[in-house]
Amino acid sequence: MIEARNVTVSLGRARILSGVDFTAEPGRVTAIVGPNGSGKSTLVKALSGDLPYGGSITFNGRELAQMKPVEAAASRAVLPQAVALSFPYTVREVVRLGLMGGRSGALAGQDEHLPERALAKVDLSGFAGRFYQELSGGEQQRVQLARVLCQVWAPVLEGRPRYLILDEPVSSLDIKHQLLVMKIAREFAARGGGVVAVLHDLNLTAAFAEHVLVMRRGTRAAAGAPDAVMQDALLSEVFDCPLKVGAVPAGATPFVLPQAVPVV
Amino acid sequence: MSLSARMISFRHLDAAPAGDRSARARLAIALLVAALVVVAAISTATGASDASVLGVIKGWFHPSEEAALSARDRLIVYEIRLPRVALGILVGAALAVSGALMQGLFRNPLADPGIVGVSAGASLGAITVIVLGGTVLGPFVGLFGIYALPLAAFIGGLVTTLLLYRVATRQGQTSIATMLLAGIALAALAMALSGILIYMADDRQLRDLTFWQLGSLGGATWSKIGSAGPIIVLALASSSFLARGLNALALGEASARHLGIPVQRMKNTAILAVAAATGAAVAVSGGIGFVGIVVPHLLRLVIGPDHRYLLPAAALLGASLLLLADAVSRTVVAPAELPIGIVTAVFGAPFFLWVLLRRRGILDL
Repeated sequence: MIEARNVTVSLGRARILSGVDFTAEPGRVTAIVGPNGSGKSTLVKALSGDLPYGGSITFNGRELAQMKPVEAAASRAVLPQAVALSFPYTVREVVRLGLMGGRSGALAGQDEHLPERALAKVDLSGFAGRFYQELSGGEQQRVQLARVLCQVWAPVLEGRPRYLILDEPVSSLDIKHQLLVMKIAREFAARGGGVVAVLHDLNLTAAFAEHVLVMRRGTRAAAGAPDAVMQDALLSEVFDCPLKVGAVPAGATPFVLPQAVPVV
Repeated sequence: MSLSARMISFRHLDAAPAGDRSARARLAIALLVAALVVVAAISTATGASDASVLGVIKGWFHPSEEAALSARDRLIVYEIRLPRVALGILVGAALAVSGALMQGLFRNPLADPGIVGVSAGASLGAITVIVLGGTVLGPFVGLFGIYALPLAAFIGGLVTTLLLYRVATRQGQTSIATMLLAGIALAALAMALSGILIYMADDRQLRDLTFWQLGSLGGATWSKIGSAGPIIVLALASSSFLARGLNALALGEASARHLGIPVQRMKNTAILAVAAATGAAVAVSGGIGFVGIVVPHLLRLVIGPDHRYLLPAAALLGASLLLLADAVSRTVVAPAELPIGIVTAVFGAPFFLWVLLRRRGILDL
């Protein structure tokens, strides 16, 4: 389990996060949603070990700040928003970087086959020999996901669950690949790992997340199952925009629609 | 760039999975080892005098004939040609690896100790010892002996590298324009300070300095190799521990840390290795430019940017190319000698412009 207690992050004098409590349990996809500037990315950066934080963040009971980079790398992988490379790496070479820690958890001798298998998962079979710099933004994002999947190929290693931390994993993807990436996240969770994903799309959140953290101005506005937090009043207030939650047929996955904004 | 990378393709080797260039890289390294052996042998066998290497080698196996062999030939081979070849190998490897390390560290294919002022900083350190070694810095020279010169150059290179990194890098990202401009400023400052020292120098020092600044492998001695060699070998050896980290760093600092790399320690080691290798090379051979930009760039076209292969390949190709440049410098105006720095600049500067032109569209220059 990832457990964040009373997490505070300040950049210079500005307090970006104040007293955020948060848990991500293995076996489920936890979504972080909220308007721009609400602290979603900062929380993910703190969880990834990129920012000094106050309070406590533990992975399977171990305090993040006490973990060496190599230990943290064995317990979680992080998908950044976008990665630009300044050298001409092939797609396979980029994906293979995920294996450098040697803790993929795949069967002995299987590591060399993981790049191809990971690329197939993200619908990029046949791209291994292409140059990363020549791919579109969405393709690059999926190459990075393949790399991250190689790093924690086994969702559970030595009896301990591992985690995928995804910062806006579908931001530059078309709808087919948005669904594909969310399915990969669900599958990782179904096999015992934990997933934390920053998402902008409330409908994808409703369809794929088992737990939702709603952020507002650096604090937690709400947390719980999608049905519980996806309420007209809460969402409209947090996003400062009239929103309507519906479900067709009744009892199915809720969806969120903006209410018609009058044209002035 | 993909076009050039594809043009140099080794289709018959592609039993490896698509996109895996490690087999090709290993083959390239084997070929580079062979090339270096050949180039070094030719360099040892040729020179201004007609001394015969074969004769010297025959002498090893037929000691009785040794007496017949002229002592002059042995002296030329052992005390002039071999040290020169050894120094060329060390300096070429040091300059090429420094370039590759810096480019990896700055995540920037245009970083090179000569271009961004690190060599100028190292020169300032060396000039300081040459000019003030007999007076103010007497105790420093007394303490470190033959290591005083490379050590001073190392300190000069280290200070410049640290300053450059501070100025040009923000949150792990280097702007190419900022880096090149900061390099110009730092080089200008180092050259101005060097100028003050040169102004203070006496006639003999002045002559030494002028030739040294143009860069030359002439005057190579075993004692020079003894002073710079260990530092260069140490820097090259430590660079092999940096390869994985530099590969991860290509993804950015945060992603490198997420992959388990202790990023800060790795960067510190890289900066020390660059400063040590550049400093030692500058101390014994002066201003030899462009090796650090040409060699890694050519290699990336063939074997890709994986530092596990790029760094050893750069050492090998850097050594071979510098020996070739030295051969050119010894022959074009024979029996006189052209400083080797002029040769590398004549070939290297247009190459640098070519790289700039090709990348102009990609980078915001």
